[in-house]
Amino acid sequence: MDKGLYVNKVKITHAGRPLLAIDTHVTPGEVVTIMGPSGVGKSTLLSAITGTLSPDFSLSGQIRLNGRDLTGLPPDKRGIGILFQDALLFPHLSVGANLAFGLKRGGTKAERRARIEATLAEVGLGGFAPRDPATLSGGQRARVALMRMLLSEPHALLLDEPFSGLDAELREQVRKLVFDHAKARGLPVLLVTHDEADAIAAGGRVVRLK
Amino acid sequence: MAQSRRFYRLALFPALTVLVLLGPVAAGLWGTVLPAFGHFPAAGVSGPSLDAFRDLFNWPGFGPAMRLSVTTGLAAAILSLTITALILAGWSGTRGFRILERLLSPFLSVPHAAAAFGLAFLIAPSGWIARLFSPWLTGWDRPPDLLILNDPWGIVLTLGMVMKEMPFLLLMSIAALGQIDGRRRMALSQSMGYGRMSAWMFAVFPAVYARIRLPVLVVLTWSMSVVDVAVILGPSTPPTLSVQIVRWMSDPDLAFRLQAAAAALVQLALVIGAVGLWFLGEKLVARLACLRIEAGHRGHHDRPLRLAGFATGTAISLALLLGLLSLAIWSVAGFWSFPDLVPDQLTARNWVRHYSSSQDAFFETMLIAITAVAIGLILTIGCLETEHRRNLRLTQRGMWLIYLPLIVPQTAFLPGLQTLLLGFGLDMGRAPVVTAHLVFVLPYLRLSLDGPWQAWDTRQATVAAALGASHDRVLWRIRLPMLLAPLLTAIAVGLAVSVGQYLPTLLVGGGRIETLTTEAIALAAGGDRRAIGVFGLMQTAAALLPFALALPALVWRNRKGLLHG
Repeated sequence: MDKGLYVNKVKITHAGRPLLAIDTHVTPGEVVTIMGPSGVGKSTLLSAITGTLSPDFSLSGQIRLNGRDLTGLPPDKRGIGILFQDALLFPHLSVGANLAFGLKRGGTKAERRARIEATLAEVGLGGFAPRDPATLSGGQRARVALMRMLLSEPHALLLDEPFSGLDAELREQVRKLVFDHAKARGLPVLLVTHDEADAIAAGGRVVRLK
Repeated sequence: MAQSRRFYRLALFPALTVLVLLGPVAAGLWGTVLPAFGHFPAAGVSGPSLDAFRDLFNWPGFGPAMRLSVTTGLAAAILSLTITALILAGWSGTRGFRILERLLSPFLSVPHAAAAFGLAFLIAPSGWIARLFSPWLTGWDRPPDLLILNDPWGIVLTLGMVMKEMPFLLLMSIAALGQIDGRRRMALSQSMGYGRMSAWMFAVFPAVYARIRLPVLVVLTWSMSVVDVAVILGPSTPPTLSVQIVRWMSDPDLAFRLQAAAAALVQLALVIGAVGLWFLGEKLVARLACLRIEAGHRGHHDRPLRLAGFATGTAISLALLLGLLSLAIWSVAGFWSFPDLVPDQLTARNWVRHYSSSQDAFFETMLIAITAVAIGLILTIGCLETEHRRNLRLTQRGMWLIYLPLIVPQTAFLPGLQTLLLGFGLDMGRAPVVTAHLVFVLPYLRLSLDGPWQAWDTRQATVAAALGASHDRVLWRIRLPMLLAPLLTAIAVGLAVSVGQYLPTLLVGGGRIETLTTEAIALAAGGDRRAIGVFGLMQTAAALLPFALALPALVWRNRKGLLHG
């Protein structure tokens, strides 16, 4: 079985003009960093993988995840998690409800609740379930966003400059947390950044887009 | 298979919306053209003939009625736009501006009829203003025999329209200002030595105007063809052309319908002509402004103009406020002799007397409004969501489509709609009235939801989808709850629009659907101020109450992230 995330000869064009071309493979537990100046199409590549590419762009090549061809699948059927620079917690839901939104279906109400509480405790946020996300600090939000994503049990993780909004000390903490959790679950991770420190911390291959 | 089914389901909303929006307009125009050219089987005539036009041209009031429609309409539009520009140029971005905005915006949803009655109660010979200065200044101990209301030149009518349309244009401009970088344009021009007002007019206004051009056209065509305000404040012999059309439409003699249809086409032609004239005027003003810019006028002495703008804005909001207040006082007035400022006694008798009829009208009004808004909301959200999922953007042409029902004069197509319904033998009941209201409710729903909908961060949808949520789940669980505040506002706007509709209710309802608005305006001729006070106040309350309910602060009181905006 071809485990991992395959980005096979993907070419993205915008209005007929070639934007980027990439061919890479991320094995489970590996972090591949994609670097390049802004405007090079890093985010476009991520939206191609999540399935939210605007129709102004056209895509050739193939994206496969654990042997499954993702091309043409709607975003919710791809099993690809993504974290953005902002935590993007749903502001109308409590912290617990945000996690419940991510948590895979199944289990009784009590089981789900216990699972969410345990997850919060795991990242040092025990008892935070009823809180309003707007009252959380930046680091706390980032942790909730990560756990919400992991509870949906994705098969791969995309990171769209997720650490650039945090200050230096916090950045290191959150970075370590994200990479540790991804490795522990054996997720292939694709990190998009323009920060060399992120690439070094990721410790994996670096693909440079020009 | 599933893919194509989804395709059809999604294309359904835009198609239905266009049908609901334009169907009645097109059908109504067709129903106007037929009788205008002598084809009206219900009255036993079949054309084609030009008799209707001949009768119309032979009506002695034809020339004056046309002239009135054009002059009052153009004057109201020009004045509304000028005052709006004056206020914005003199004050935008200042504390004074925020005060004016707060003074004026609550009146946006006050029905035109109630505002017009309020103005009438203020300035009538026996109104509050005359009472205030009598007898110590004027020497009047009886209401003077002056023709203030319904003056033959339509001056009061024009003022009444400006009073309601200026706040509309002002708020549309404020929305437009948010899309352009007005502050920096101002700072740049002022640093080159331009005075405040000149800087704003030269550097900011052109960009604002480009964005409010359609609302300005709405104001122009509405002012030329309005019926309810013209019945209350306008002259009566002859009235404006639109009022005359409605009079003919209400005549028991069906033969007058032909003349009404012919007049409706003339009204349409007048409006088209005036819009053409307006476009020419735009060019002329732009040319003049360019000449002024070339000459390098800095315009430093703008203090009097600034004050004039502020004074006018304050006066308008004061007139609206005092007008509504005098409606309220008349509704509880017992004996009230001239020139006393307040009634001798206050009484609940007027309310008791009109209790059952006003209650029936209230429920009818709300039933129609809620049905129209519910249907309109489903269509609007369906369209917005379709555009989001297929990554479509509303083009300039699409915007025109949305504004079209507001730009085509109501008196041009609603009479035809009634004639068509009559011809098909269809019952002119509640359902057609709701359909007619939808034509006017839909554009406002779309206009008030469009901005917030597009401003929503679509990464929220990406995150939710990455968490395994389908399109529908994202819509119901994330997007709509997050947009609750603008949704409630849109609902309130839609209800207010429906509550205020006069002509669609009167004509399409065949005179048998009695809402607060039709009842209030039916009272205009009688001049029973106490009854007008009761119905005018009820109408205002029906339009404004939904805004009190639009308090998402209650639903989201524990969610800081949703409380501002």
